[in-house]
Amino acid sequence: MWDYTDKVKDHFLNPRNTGRVENANGIGEVGSLACGDALTLTLRINDNQIIEEAKFQTFGCASAIASSSALTEMVIGMPITEAAKITNEDIAEFLGGLPKEKIHCSVMGRDALERAIAYYKGEKVHVSEGNVICHCFGVTDLDIVRAVKEAKLTTIEEVTSHLKAGGGCGNCHEEIQAIIWAVNEGGGYVQKEPAPVRLTTMQKIRLIEKVIEEEVRPALQKDHGDMELIDVDGNKVIVKFKGACSSCSRSQITLKNHVEATLRDRVATELVVEEAIDENRIC
Amino acid sequence: MKTVYVDNNATTRVDQQVIDEMMPCFTEYYGNPSSMHRKGGEAGNILKLARERVAKTLNAQPDEILFTSCGTESNNSAIRAALKAQPTKKHIVTTMVEHPAVKSLCESLDKEGYRTTYLPVDGKGRLNMAAFEASLTPDTAIVSVMWANNETGTIFPIRDIARRVKEKGILFHTDAVQAVGKIPVDAQDIPFDMLSLSGHKLHAPKGVGALYVRSGFKFSPFLIGGHQEHGKRGGTENIGSIVALGKACELALDHMDEENVRVKQLRDKLEAGLLARIPKCFVNGDLANRLPNTSSISFEFIEGEAILLMMNEFGICASSGSACTSGSLEPSHVLRAMGIPFTAAHGTIRFSLCRYNTEDEVDYIIEKLPAVIKRLRDMSPFWKED
Repeated sequence: MWDYTDKVKDHFLNPRNTGRVENANGIGEVGSLACGDALTLTLRINDNQIIEEAKFQTFGCASAIASSSALTEMVIGMPITEAAKITNEDIAEFLGGLPKEKIHCSVMGRDALERAIAYYKGEKVHVSEGNVICHCFGVTDLDIVRAVKEAKLTTIEEVTSHLKAGGGCGNCHEEIQAIIWAVNEGGGYVQKEPAPVRLTTMQKIRLIEKVIEEEVRPALQKDHGDMELIDVDGNKVIVKFKGACSSCSRSQITLKNHVEATLRDRVATELVVEEAIDENRIC
Repeated sequence: MKTVYVDNNATTRVDQQVIDEMMPCFTEYYGNPSSMHRKGGEAGNILKLARERVAKTLNAQPDEILFTSCGTESNNSAIRAALKAQPTKKHIVTTMVEHPAVKSLCESLDKEGYRTTYLPVDGKGRLNMAAFEASLTPDTAIVSVMWANNETGTIFPIRDIARRVKEKGILFHTDAVQAVGKIPVDAQDIPFDMLSLSGHKLHAPKGVGALYVRSGFKFSPFLIGGHQEHGKRGGTENIGSIVALGKACELALDHMDEENVRVKQLRDKLEAGLLARIPKCFVNGDLANRLPNTSSISFEFIEGEAILLMMNEFGICASSGSACTSGSLEPSHVLRAMGIPFTAAHGTIRFSLCRYNTEDEVDYIIEKLPAVIKRLRDMSPFWKED
C-alpha cells in the first residue's frame, strides 16, 4: 500500500477542476494509454496573461490524478510568467510529498503546463530531438540530461522515478548510468553522432538484415513482440510487426524510435522504415 | 466500516480451526522434533500428523512431502534440485505467465549459463501446446509449468503436459500454489515429479509452504544445514506453522465441493453483475478452464491503482494487474503475454473469493463498483461516452 499524504488522498478522492475548459487557449497533452498515465491540461489565459481557468483530464493512478488536481489549484489566478517557473518539486511539495516511485506523476504535470503555455504563445511545442535511450517509454538522452541537471539526479532509480526511463525491460540501465556520470562528473554529455557510411545496395540490404536479426528483433522479443523484414526499396525499409507488437498501440513509436533509429544508427542515416499494410490489423 | 475481502489469491484469512490447532505448539508442544526426550517426541508426533494430512490432500505418500518456508522457497528448491541432479543439461522450459517465484528465478539462471524457453499463451491465457511440444529437447533438464494462474485463474492442462514431459524422460515441476485447496490435485493421477504449495493461500498463516518430491528422485537440499526433513532441508521445523498447514489442507479437502459450487456461483454472480452494469469491460482468461474463485476484469480507459483506492474507500479489497500498484512501471506480464491491449491492461482488477465470502458482499460490490468506474472514466481524457 502506497504511503500517500492526506493531501494526495484528498485531491484524489475530491479532485478539483476536472474536465475541459471551454474555448481554452492553452492546451497541454502528455503521456499515453501505453505508458499508463496521461494528462490533458486546458487553460483559459486572459489578456493580462493571467490564468483564469484551468481544468484537467487524467488517466492514471491516484497520485497522477492528485498531481493534476493540485496543479490546477496552483495555477489558477497566476500570471503565465510565474506559472512557467513551476517545477515538479513544487507540485510534489504542494501535496506534502509523493512516494519516490511516483515522482513522474508530478513531472507529467509540469510537462503538461509547459506545453499548455507554449500552445498559448503559439510556440512550437518542445519536442525532444535526442536519441531514444529507453525504448519502453520512449525517453531520449536529452530528456535524461535535462532531468539529471534540473533535479540533480544521481542514480538510475531516481531517473526512473522522474521519467520512467529504465522502468521497463531495464536494457538501457547502462546507458542511463553513463549519462548520469557524464552530466555529473564527466564534464558534460556529448551526443553520439552516427558515423556516415557508404554502401552498395547489396551491402546495405545485408547490413539491414543483420541489424534486424541481431539487434532489433531480440529487443522486440524481450517484450514478446517481433517483426520481419519484408522489402528494401531504395532507402525505404518495409517491415511487418508480429507477436505483441502487432496489437501494441506503441508499435508506431517503436517503429520510429527503435527500429528506424537503430537502422539509421547502424546502416545509413537516410533510411525510412515503414510498416507493411496489413488489412487485418486491429488498431 | 464494512470490509469486503476479495483478494484471496494474494493471501487468506487464517481459519479459526487452524489457529486452534496451532496455538498449543507454542505453549505445550514446543519441543524440537530432533530432541531425544518427551518434548521432542510430542513435537515429532504432531509433525508426522501434519505431513500425513498434506500428503492426503495430494493423494501422495507422507515421505514425499517436504516442508518449506513459502511457495517461493518450494519453487526455488525444486528447480535448483532438478538442475543439480543433471549437471550436463542446461535447458529449462517454463511459461511466460509464471509467478515471479519461477519467472525471476529462470531469468537469473539464464545469466548463470542456463537457457530458458518461455512458452507463450494465447489471448485467453491458454498455453501454446505446439510451442510446448517443440520446446522439449534432449538438453532439457526440467519443465516447470504452473497449475493455475494467479492473475486470471486460467488452469493449464497439467495432466497432458506432465504425461508428455514424462514420456520424454524429463523432470516435471508444477507451481500449484493457486491450485491446491481450490481444485483436486492428485499425485497418483498426474505424474509430476515436484509440486509447490503455499500455506497462506489456503487459510494457513504466512511463512510456511511445502514441496512434493516424488520418491525416487535424488533431491539435493536448497537450504544446507541439519538433517531435518530427511536431509532435504536444513533448519529446525516451524512446527506451529506446519501444524497449521496440515490442518488447513485437511479443511481445504473438506471444503473442496463448496469451493467449486458455492464460491464459483458467487464469482459468476459478481462477474455477470459487473459486466451487465458497466460498459466497456471484459473478463480475462480461459473461461472454460478457470479456478472457481478468480475473476480478472479489465475496465478500459482507466488505471487500476485508482480503481483499487476508490474501492478501498468502500471497504472493498481486491488487487490489480496495473503497473502503478506494484512499483514497476509496466502492466502485468501475464496480461501482456496474453496480448491484452494497453487500453485495458492498466485497468485490470482481480477479484479472488473464498469460502468466507457471502452473497451480500457480492451484491455490495455490484452496487458500489459501477459508480467508481464511472467517476474515474469521467476524469479520463480517453473516455468518450457514446
